[in-house]
Formats: sequence, structure tokens, C-alpha cells
Amino acid sequence: MNISKLLVAALIGCLVILVSCSRPGDLSRGGGTFVTIKGSDTMVNLSTAWAEAFMEAHPEALISVTGGGSGTGISALINGTTDLANASRPMKPEEIAKVPNYKEFAVAMDCITIVLNPRNPINELTMDQLAKIYTGEEKNWTAFGGVNHNISLLSRESSSGTYIFFQEHVLDKKDFSQDAKLLPAANPVIEEVSANDYAIGYVGLGYALKAGDRVKIVSIKKDAASLAVMPTEQTVRDKTYPIARPLYIYTVKEPAGYARDFIDFCLSPEGQKLATEQDEVPIK
Amino acid sequence: MQSRVRDKIVRLMLLSAASTSILIVVLIFLFIGREAFPFVQQLGLGALFNDRWVPVSFEHESFGILPLLTGSLVVTFIAIVIAVPFGVLSAVYISEIASPREREILKPFIELLAGIPSVVIGFFGVVVLGPIIKVLFGLSSGLTALTGALLLALMAIPTIITIAEDAIRSVPMAFKQASIALGASKLQTIFRVTVPAAFSGIVAAVTLGVGRVIGETMAVLMVTGNAARITFNPLESVRTMTATIAAEMGEVAFGSIHYSALFVVGIILLLITFGLTMIAQRALRKYRRY
Repeated sequence: MNISKLLVAALIGCLVILVSCSRPGDLSRGGGTFVTIKGSDTMVNLSTAWAEAFMEAHPEALISVTGGGSGTGISALINGTTDLANASRPMKPEEIAKVPNYKEFAVAMDCITIVLNPRNPINELTMDQLAKIYTGEEKNWTAFGGVNHNISLLSRESSSGTYIFFQEHVLDKKDFSQDAKLLPAANPVIEEVSANDYAIGYVGLGYALKAGDRVKIVSIKKDAASLAVMPTEQTVRDKTYPIARPLYIYTVKEPAGYARDFIDFCLSPEGQKLATEQDEVPIK
Repeated sequence: MQSRVRDKIVRLMLLSAASTSILIVVLIFLFIGREAFPFVQQLGLGALFNDRWVPVSFEHESFGILPLLTGSLVVTFIAIVIAVPFGVLSAVYISEIASPREREILKPFIELLAGIPSVVIGFFGVVVLGPIIKVLFGLSSGLTALTGALLLALMAIPTIITIAEDAIRSVPMAFKQASIALGASKLQTIFRVTVPAAFSGIVAAVTLGVGRVIGETMAVLMVTGNAARITFNPLESVRTMTATIAAEMGEVAFGSIHYSALFVVGIILLLITFGLTMIAQRALRKYRRY
């Protein structure tokens, strides 16, 4: 008797736990003191810096920041599991169709930097040459005045917002070469470029600057006739550096309460100064 | 009367506990199948037999699974070729030859190895193993199929050792005593009597090890370079099926054809492990007859 009683009790216990776990969270969302942000990996550091500064000014507010990628953030926004979504690309039409009343806030500029191994003699590339390298049309460094060796192409995974931006603006919507190695994050790209003499990769400006002299940042020419431009805050802002993009925060509807205050804070002079400290480029 | 009812209730509970796993397997197949179905419906299974895996494209998306299949195959094959002999021989040594003192030192370390999270092993691959392979073979990059296979072998070995060792140790003492009494040497006894007697347990160990190798995601994602190219050269970069699912599932637009394609990859992976388990069981049954 005892054993079956125990088993039944255990079963009921399990059920109770399951039920209480699956009860929908009743944290007041959006307008409450608890705000969740999810999305672009590029924006995680920036967003965390903003959240920390914001919570210092508003000790009663709780802001949680997680990464996962732009698409993950937007899906979470659509599914109602996050209040704000960070995205390093604009929303796609099929995503917009699910949340037609969405609001978009461009909060900073991000600049994509082309990095080479420091031993590579090449210092500048044109946009056209970059496209040829990444589509696999040119496979050897000699075509660009480098050493006679195959190019090691490094890209981010296709799930990355950076990948899609690069494909659209640098490759002119053509496909990446099948030879490109797809790495799961920006740091592995830096690691591989610093270890592989023949590698080329692309990462956000912040990652390239942090890597210091382990990688070489390439200056980019819009076309063969124009000047080579190094990526800096100045050149991104005056649009002479060609590979830069806005970073967005999305909400499903007009934000209210702390979510609103947080976005306002990001766009305030103080927030934009924090963006500079995180090696992003202020948008205002 | 009361005790019979109680017996029945307990029996029913145990039965339901035991059949839960069957139910779960069926449900997994059903739900993954449901998500994968739109792909088969819209593009047909023929779209899979293609050498291009280009899921994100402005021009033309293609979902050829062949590069992923060869990628998984190369990595798994090399890992098994390394892990199985190494694991089984270690198990033989630990269970039959090692002194109790040696065993006391070896066992905790093997168990420790089994407990290392795969991300940490992947990290070790990126920082230590990759550069070694790069220098050893004079490559420009250490992100190769071989790097992934070695890491996977490292992960499968403790599983194989632990289970094979249990199987070998559970061979009755009488078998070994009889063999020695008949004049066989210690080595002859181990390889002609003990190991064959433990064969079914060793097969189970190998099956579990192989299962871990095929299903492992994080470590291969970090070190194989993930270029979707058909190659059988272990010194080139490959993209495995597991890495593809892990890398792309997070960002894929819900309900899109790409989303569905990832579930098709999942089903194929499931069918492969399913097939392997069946083959292992068939092998066991055949062997047991003798």
C-alpha cells in the first residue's frame, strides 16, 4: 500500500510542478518595470551598456538583454516573448505581415570592417574586388597584387544579420562562394584571420578594433577611381565608407512606460555617447 | 483481493513508464515530420539530391543535402575509426590487466573526460588542436574535418570505455578460470574467451559511442569551418548536418521553406541513427545464436 501511495503522491507532485511552470507569466509587459530585449548579437554589448546605464538612473526598472541574432529577436517579438527586439537588419515583409503595427527605431550605425592577416601585403580593395573575392570569381591573391596562394574565405553563418547585409550590399545580392567557411560568431573570424596568412573576413568595427594588431583593417574604395577609405566614426557618418548599416530596435506597437523611456534614453546624447564607447557610430 | 488490485496498478504504472520512450520516439517522428512536410510538398524530395546548400540567397535558394551528408559521413567515419579500437582496447586493459591501483587512477580521469561539456571541447579544438593540425599538415587553416573528427573521438572514447568495461567485467569468472585451466595464456583468455563473451555489451558501447558522434553539434560547429562543399578529404572544411541545424535554426523565418528544410535534415539524421541502432541489434541477435 505504502509504495503505491508514494507513487501516486509523486505523480501528483510532478503534475502540480508542471502546471505551475506552464502557467503563462503574469509579469506586466511593455509598460511595466520589467523590460526584455532580445536579438542581434552585434548589438548585445551596446544594448547591455545602455541597459546598465538606464537601470542606474532608474533603480526600480529591470532590463534583461539577450542575444541570439536579429531573426531570433524578431521571432520572439512576433511570438510575444520579448518587449523589444534588437536587429542589425530591417524587418522582412513576411515578418512585418505578422506585426503590422510595429515601430522601428534606428539607434546607432554599425560599420562592417574587412580584415586580413597582418602578413598579407594588400592594404586596400574596391567594392568590386570584394564581390569577386566573396563570390569565388577570383580565387587567388595574385589577382589583387598579393602572394600566389588561394584565398581562404571566411564568412558568418547565414543566420547572421551581418551575412545578409554583406550579401546585399557588397555581393550585390549574389550568392557567397561555396568555398566560404561559415563561422558561428565574430570572434572565431578574428581568430582565424590572425592565424591564417591567406584569410579574409568581415566583422563589426568594434571587434576589429579590439583585435588590435592581430588583424589588418583594409581601406575600401567605392570604385577604382575613388579614394580608399578607412572605417572610422567620421567616415561612417559622412557616408564615405561604403559598408555601414543602421541598427534598429523594434516594438510591436507604440512603446509605453519603461520601454519608451529606454528607447528615448538610447537616442539621448548620453545614450549616443555610450554607443561611441562601444565602438559603434552614433546616429544623431 | 486488495493485493491483486495493487499489483495491477503497480504493473500498469511500470508499463506506462516503460512505454513512455516509445511514445516519445513516435511523437518526435510525427512532429518533425509535420514541420518537414511543406518542403516535400512544395519542392519534392528530389530537391534534396543537389550539391548546393544555399539556404539564404537573393537569387535562388537551394537545399541540396549531399554536401551535408558527406560532411557528416567523413567526420563520423574518422571519429569511429579512431574511437572504437582505442575505447575497446582501453576497456580491456582497465578491466582485465590493470592493477587495482592503476584502475583507481584511470577510472576517475575517464569519467572526468566524459563529463566535459562539448563547447569546452570545441574551444580546446579551436585554440589547441586546430593550430596543431594546421602546422602538422602544412595547411593554411586548422578548421578541417579531421579536427572535428578527433574531437568527436575524444568525446566518444569515455562512453565506449565505461560501458565496454562494465560488459567485460561482468563475464563470469568461471569462463576465465576454465580457459586458464585448459592451458590458455592470459592474453589468449582475454581475446578468445572474455572479449567474445562480452561481445553484446561491447556492441552496445560502440553503438552509444557512435550515437554520440553523429549527434554531436557544438564541437563540430566550432572547428570544421562549415563550408558546404562535397569532399572526402579530411583536411578540408566540411559542414555537418547537426551543425547546419544548430547554426541556422535560431534565425530562420518561422514556417518558411528553409525552416521546413532544416526539419527534413533532422528527419534524415534521425533515420540514420535509427538505421544504425537496428543494424547493431541485428548483429547482436545473429551473434547470440552461437
